[in-house]
Amino acid sequence: MNIHEYQGKQLLKSFGAPVAEGVAIMNAGEAEAAAKKLPGPLYVVKSQIHAGGRGKGKFKELSPDAKGGVRLAKSVEEVVANVKEMLGNTLVTKQTGPAGKQVNRLYIEDGADIDRELYLSILVDRSVGRVAFVVSTEGGMDIEAVAHDTPEKIITVAIDPEAGVTPADVRKLNEALKLDGDAAKDGETLFPLLYKAFVEKDMSLLEVNPLIVMKSGRLRVLDAKVSFDNNALFRHPDIMELRDTTEEDEKEIEASKHDLAYVALDGNIGCMVNGAGLAMATMDIIKLYGAEPANFLDVGGGASKEKVTAAFKIITADPAVEGILVNIFGGIMRCDVIAEGVIAAVKEVGLKVPLVVRLEGTNVELGKKIINESGLNVISADDLDDAAKKIVAAVKG
Amino acid sequence: MSILIDKNTKVLVQGLTGKTGTFHTEQALAYHGTKMVGGIHPKKGGETWGSVESGAQLPIFASVAEGKEETGANASVIYVPPAGAAAAIIEAIEAEIPLVVCITEGIPVMDMVKVKARLDRSNSRLIGPNCPGIVTPDECKIGIMPGNIFRKGSVGVVSRSGTLTYEAVFQTTNEGLGQSTAVGIGGDPVKGTEFIDMLEMFLADDETKSIIMIGEIGGSAEEDAAQFIIDEAKRGRRKPMAGFIAGRTAPAGRTMGHAGAVISGGKGGAEDKMAAMEAAGIRVSPSPARLGTTLVEAIKS
Repeated sequence: MNIHEYQGKQLLKSFGAPVAEGVAIMNAGEAEAAAKKLPGPLYVVKSQIHAGGRGKGKFKELSPDAKGGVRLAKSVEEVVANVKEMLGNTLVTKQTGPAGKQVNRLYIEDGADIDRELYLSILVDRSVGRVAFVVSTEGGMDIEAVAHDTPEKIITVAIDPEAGVTPADVRKLNEALKLDGDAAKDGETLFPLLYKAFVEKDMSLLEVNPLIVMKSGRLRVLDAKVSFDNNALFRHPDIMELRDTTEEDEKEIEASKHDLAYVALDGNIGCMVNGAGLAMATMDIIKLYGAEPANFLDVGGGASKEKVTAAFKIITADPAVEGILVNIFGGIMRCDVIAEGVIAAVKEVGLKVPLVVRLEGTNVELGKKIINESGLNVISADDLDDAAKKIVAAVKG
Repeated sequence: MSILIDKNTKVLVQGLTGKTGTFHTEQALAYHGTKMVGGIHPKKGGETWGSVESGAQLPIFASVAEGKEETGANASVIYVPPAGAAAAIIEAIEAEIPLVVCITEGIPVMDMVKVKARLDRSNSRLIGPNCPGIVTPDECKIGIMPGNIFRKGSVGVVSRSGTLTYEAVFQTTNEGLGQSTAVGIGGDPVKGTEFIDMLEMFLADDETKSIIMIGEIGGSAEEDAAQFIIDEAKRGRRKPMAGFIAGRTAPAGRTMGHAGAVISGGKGGAEDKMAAMEAAGIRVSPSPARLGTTLVEAIKS
């Protein structure tokens, strides 16, 4: 789960991180009062969407020369003018895709005098199974480009979970970021507290880009991108409250209610599969035969008839879907249960597009019999290759 | 021979008394009499679990240590729900169970970071979590794989995905090759065992004549495994291998069902993994439906 920058900063502030003063607003009428709460004379107005590249992003509704999704303002009046131009419009960035994202929230923040921009993130380094800091002196830019062009400028420090952030780790990080004086002292408190926030709140990513050294020589967290481990949300009701469902795909929200793993994609063949690996492989084989999958959908190991029906409804509700491929290798899940679920779902929601069903595994014969005797227009397939060919052919007509 | 488990493996079940544990213990008992020796439940020690299907009675112990002491168990399988699963793994490690298999999906990553640190200081091997388990055909079945698709034979199967393991098993059965052992290592980002450890065992196992390795997007375990295969081949150790990578069409930045299946920061994409595997002499099948035939080609060439 992702949260907005301002929420991330509030969270980090509660752990003691140095962040600027700021006020989040959801309508333009609040802008003047918000700006007046800040010391000035420099303000920053930042679009709050769950995507990066906001500064270089462009608003769809504005002229191409208009400024991007993060703007500097030198007076309260300028703040208000920028808020009016930005709020409610659609920001297109490198990460949003061409459709962009509507900006429903803005964060008005006290400006900072920047001396140096650094990069800092914390993540789980899966190669060592530990939480690790990833830092670079090249902050404020696309870190993937830095990693690609100058990998030696990115330094990783993995943390022993039983020792936590040690003085030696702090020294390594300070050296890597070329921090000295007050900034290095700030580092001594900042690195352990960011680690504490990461671990205590079960984050999956904490990215500060940039972390800045101000002209005063002090450190400040200038941006914060925070994601959480979905598997740990059950123990963080406070974090759950920060969820902004307007940032999520409606079909994905519906799927999550039924405990289905679903990801919306751009193609026209809907898929319902058991198991994440097989679900990805099913998308891949659709592409291999010349079409595009409309979604990833894993109904899981122990799916019930109700779950299969819910999955089917989500797929058929997508107007882009022109054909459906159901691919089940029944291990724990019996093929006859799947077959009954599919038939029940078709009867309930109707079927306006071709449907190919491939069943294999436990009770496969019974499952096929149920499908074949249903009287519905369902195309049966023998194996995965056969199924993919049949659904692609049916859609291409 | 086989790897990890055989007909002498004695298995304890952590989470036996729950619905999932009960169902799969019945299945394991029915699978060539896998030696299930007891269950663990902190509050039900001294009670007995009865199999409805076979009539077998299994003792319940209050702790893994007690269960191991009483039964001589050398493996444990975990069906405990996510919130308590990490503690269950650590209990098994502290009881010095040599092989711990965790089926549970949805364990918080931070819990697994703690488990991993504890595991590194132990002699236990952990398979999983978020995995389908291990099967040595006709001998022992630990976990949730469907037993009826297996056939005793010569292919070692290792996979990050459960259902793709079934595909590989089913297809190698249909090709008449059968399996020595099939291992699902799991779909989580932090897990007990990576490909390399399993490939090392399969290379050393006389019964295993060829190997299927199924990876997916996320992380760099496939690239690491490919390098291992290259290094071992230089030492003259090699076996015919076929491979598959799931997620060529997955968009970057999205988690595809498995917590570990995500392309992040431009890393972990399918094409890089396939290229690394091909460079190591592994035949990578473009289609998940052709795992068996691709392996047959690799064996013939």
